[in-house]
Amino acid sequence: MISIQSVSHSYAGAQRISFKDWEINNGEQWLLLGESGSGKTTLLHILTGILKPAQGEVNMDGTSVYALSSRALDQFRGRNIGIIFQRPHLIKSLTITENLVLAQSFASLPENLNRVNEVLESLGIAAKKNAYPDELSQGQLQRVSIARAVINKPALLIADEPTSSLDDKNAKAVLDLLMQQSGLNQATLIVATHDKRVKDAFTNTYQLI
Amino acid sequence: MSPLKISWKSLWSKPLSSALNIMLIAFGTGILTILLLASRQIGEKLDNNAKDIDLVVGAKGSPLQLILSSIYYIDFPTGNIPLKAAQELAHSPFVKKAVPLAQGDNYQGIRIVGTDSNFVSIYKLKTATGKFWKEDFEVTIGSTVAQNQKLKLGDTFFGAHGLTGSSDIHKTHAYKVVGILTPQGNVTDNLILTNISSVWKMHEDHEKEEAAEHHHTAEKQRPDQAEHQDEKEITALLIQYRSPMSVVMFPRMVNSSTNLQAASPAMESTRLFSLIGVGVDTLQWFAALIMLIAAISVFVNLYNSLKERSYDLAIMRTLGASRGQLFCIVIFEGILLTLAGTVIGVVLGHLVLQFIGNYQESSQARLSGFIFLKDEIYLFAAGLAIGIFASIIPALQAYRSNISKILSKN
Repeated sequence: MISIQSVSHSYAGAQRISFKDWEINNGEQWLLLGESGSGKTTLLHILTGILKPAQGEVNMDGTSVYALSSRALDQFRGRNIGIIFQRPHLIKSLTITENLVLAQSFASLPENLNRVNEVLESLGIAAKKNAYPDELSQGQLQRVSIARAVINKPALLIADEPTSSLDDKNAKAVLDLLMQQSGLNQATLIVATHDKRVKDAFTNTYQLI
Repeated sequence: MSPLKISWKSLWSKPLSSALNIMLIAFGTGILTILLLASRQIGEKLDNNAKDIDLVVGAKGSPLQLILSSIYYIDFPTGNIPLKAAQELAHSPFVKKAVPLAQGDNYQGIRIVGTDSNFVSIYKLKTATGKFWKEDFEVTIGSTVAQNQKLKLGDTFFGAHGLTGSSDIHKTHAYKVVGILTPQGNVTDNLILTNISSVWKMHEDHEKEEAAEHHHTAEKQRPDQAEHQDEKEITALLIQYRSPMSVVMFPRMVNSSTNLQAASPAMESTRLFSLIGVGVDTLQWFAALIMLIAAISVFVNLYNSLKERSYDLAIMRTLGASRGQLFCIVIFEGILLTLAGTVIGVVLGHLVLQFIGNYQESSQARLSGFIFLKDEIYLFAAGLAIGIFASIIPALQAYRSNISKILSKN
């Protein structure tokens, strides 16, 4: 279970943003809705453990995330949280397989090529496993970034605007993949977006004001 | 996947700028390696060869030339001196040991030197096989000579007139190899030693052949006799002093009271080295400047690539990488670049020096690229230091970067 309690954050010289409490049960799929500037990215960063809120607490399965030491938090994030960004940022100097192995070793998990193949297979890009990111199309790269997010079977899968730069067809495909992968890996899914096309697929919605 | 591997991969993803940085470092290190090896080898050769010789007496002329010809066997002798005058000096109370030298012939560019047993004791020579020369036309050869010319005990060869070239061969007498020296690590490795009278006889006959009018029959029969010493000449006299007092008195005496000249190997080598030294210093500064430019280039390269890669590094953090790991990735890149450059530079330096050595005219001062010095460790240390110096700022930036800020900028 993931919960945020009385969390608020303020950037230097800007207005304080308060977030209403939120409880997410394991395996649920949530939509985080909000216009640009409503603090969507801030909340996502707080959830993923890369931005310590000025106030409040974030709990994941009994662990108070921001009570962890810096190194332990990096480890925790690597093992328990998978992030998919709006644009698929892969390390250009590494092949697709190496990019995925990188995620395993940064999380201090053993390098497991079977798992890499399994994930690439399930996303239909196994043929590209030895290619470099430059050689892939945008859609393929987005799949690889999903693969990278789920490679360590995270408890929480977070996608930040995964569909906003895609056309209807691809947006639907990516959304399907996210749903499918979160189910496959028994991960809780949070999709942050202002994209109306995504709305119908979710029953749980957290609306930022 | 270790940070080292990530750094390695990252360098390979931009081969051109990596190669440029490595080349700069390699160039600087290469020059430093050559300078280090060459100046060390030249210094050692100068010292080894002049070790026990305090003074050289020869014909008037350039003192440096006298030293070069009689100690290092590089330049031409300044001329000949009368044996009688040389012997008077040799018996002076200031002198402990005096070694006469008679040069004038060569075999395949190797100097044939007529001398006596004092030469053996002053250079502390030992034979590997055979014995020292005794009779006329017997020779004892240096180890390098034996190796390069494939001469062995009992072999005979003809000397040629002059210090180089083989156009004018003395066909009347053949030299016979009776001994081969152990490697000495100095000029004697590259000399053919015989007695003085062999050199004289060679030239008497030579003169006879050419002029066909003078018949030094008496000399021919009894060349060592004292009454004929007036006409005999030698090339130079190597002198070892009896006491430190001689340093002050003896050269002055020679220069003022005879028409010979005295030159001190130590002084002339120092003078020679100070002349070369200016060039060495300049080159050293030049190499240091190149290294500095290389360091700046590595720094700029890492700094710029860090801007492009800040997002990559932030992503790595979201995947679980720690600040320390990012720091290592960036600093390893710098160290890999400079260490690769240093290794290539040192290897190139050695190869180039060996190449130069192969094309050197004089076998006496030949430089070798296959000598490794302990000091080269310092070059690697310098390479490492430059790598750290150039990458420490970008690495710290990677360490300190605020990933939330970088990610939200996109």
